[in-house]
Amino acid sequence: MASLRIICPNGHLGFAPLKTESFHIAVETKPDFIAADSGSDDIGPGPLGHDVCASPKAWQEHDLEEMLLASRRIGVPMIIGSAGDTGTNSRVDMYVEMIREIAAKHKLPPFRVGWFYSEVDREFVRAKIRGGSPITGLDAREDLTESELDATNRIVAMAGVHPFLKLLEDGCDVIIGGRSSDSAIFAAAALHKGYPEAQSYYLGKVLECASFCAEPYGAKETVMGEITADHVEVTAMSPSQRCTVASVAGHAMYERSNPFHEFVAGGMLDMTDCHYDQVADKTTRVTGMEFVPAEQFRVKLEGSGKVGERFVGMAGIRDPYTVANVDAVIEWARNQTIERFGPDGWELHYNVFGRDGIMGPMEPLRDQPGHELCVMVQGVAPTVEMAEEVTMTGTRQMFYARLPDVKGTAGGVSFVLDEVLRASPAYRWTLNHTMAVDDPLELFPTHSDMVTGDAA
Amino acid sequence: MNTRKKLSDLAKTIRSKNAGTDKITFDIIFREKATYDMVKRSGALTPDSVCALLKVDPARLTDFVEYDPAYAIKFTILRLRPSGSAGDGDIFGAQQYAPFLDLEVDISA
Repeated sequence: MASLRIICPNGHLGFAPLKTESFHIAVETKPDFIAADSGSDDIGPGPLGHDVCASPKAWQEHDLEEMLLASRRIGVPMIIGSAGDTGTNSRVDMYVEMIREIAAKHKLPPFRVGWFYSEVDREFVRAKIRGGSPITGLDAREDLTESELDATNRIVAMAGVHPFLKLLEDGCDVIIGGRSSDSAIFAAAALHKGYPEAQSYYLGKVLECASFCAEPYGAKETVMGEITADHVEVTAMSPSQRCTVASVAGHAMYERSNPFHEFVAGGMLDMTDCHYDQVADKTTRVTGMEFVPAEQFRVKLEGSGKVGERFVGMAGIRDPYTVANVDAVIEWARNQTIERFGPDGWELHYNVFGRDGIMGPMEPLRDQPGHELCVMVQGVAPTVEMAEEVTMTGTRQMFYARLPDVKGTAGGVSFVLDEVLRASPAYRWTLNHTMAVDDPLELFPTHSDMVTGDAA
Repeated sequence: MNTRKKLSDLAKTIRSKNAGTDKITFDIIFREKATYDMVKRSGALTPDSVCALLKVDPARLTDFVEYDPAYAIKFTILRLRPSGSAGDGDIFGAQQYAPFLDLEVDISA
């Protein structure tokens, strides 16, 4: 085969719905695969730890329905990675069930659905540590300790191409992946058809965020990637977008710490010597990529641990004297909380919007606050009741802060709501590490089954 | 004659975004090679200058690269705490670029 074409309609399926016009245009070109990633660690540690989605079910169903109907109509495989934002086992099961429901709803002819899981048992990781195989920290993290492992509620491993390849070899028409590298979803399809690793992984790299590799900026539009034995071409499918040298080269650096290297389970895509050519109005060709196999097979692990239950309060400040002394106001409220609950066993976090609520200590204009501030208060504690009271104390006591020269003695802050709101529990990323494994499929058990949507 | 311009008047794209759970990466992308080369020559964006503007210890700067294929200057810093920890004001890291908009560049460079 001279070339293979994959279309990607969404860089994070479910997070916002795909745009149907460019997707339908792309489907009419009869691509060989339809694929999209559905996960991200951008959403914070909460969804993984709590095992919930960050995306509404209606948007997930919308995109899965569009993709499934198109893939069955033109008879090409559909591949989804990192089901349900986090790629946990429950999210994989949920997507497989959605596929069955959509097939039944549209009475689709029988097809084979395959899926794999990515969750890793804590005791498996503990055995590695005790067996002398360190769980190596990424991004300046220390190696994983057992105490940090104990603080972890849920772990997923980042799959490479291997479970996708296995399911393609098993003849699956639809694949729902657990947590997986974005690029692996697409690279697996190309590798399955015999294309070289460098071009296959680059194809995945450039397609994984859909129209983020096109310009002008516009998310959720479909792009098409075409691979040959020596190059990758990427084409914008939206009538209003183009894939240019600038937009495609620029995308190589998106969301990664450097633009030259992309690490996946089993190796590293080296983009240092990539060359970009505008070969048609909407199409850019990329050559010169390399793939360097890893000496040891290591898999990335993501883990999330619960810190506590959480409530949120909000307070506004308009008095310029109080604006200038907001830290003293916060200190007062924090001290009242210490008086009530003691010095530890709970947390209070204050984001002072209008001063440095977004950038914190990195804010260069921290000494030039606006004429009014919104202070967002987060209280975290082991129980719901305590978290509510911590947050209420940390919020309402701002009202009673005792500033020496304040003129307004009837209340130091404004309230939009004189209440605190229950938020999702607070979690934190406990694992951003890698673990050595003997078999690339060891952590990713695969399954498949026939879906008979038209069966009565 | 004024030989200084704001980076926002010179760059096509100035953005920030998470690079994994523990880092934020910044991309400054130019439309033309000449502008990109001039900003590089000006010394306005260096490992030292970006750390100074963000008031971060240089040890937190993990990458600083000039990426010729995209006419881009890219740098990455470690977060003090992982993204999405309670109190994080920018879970996606997507609004951390703002101070670079007003960065002054000597265009006579």
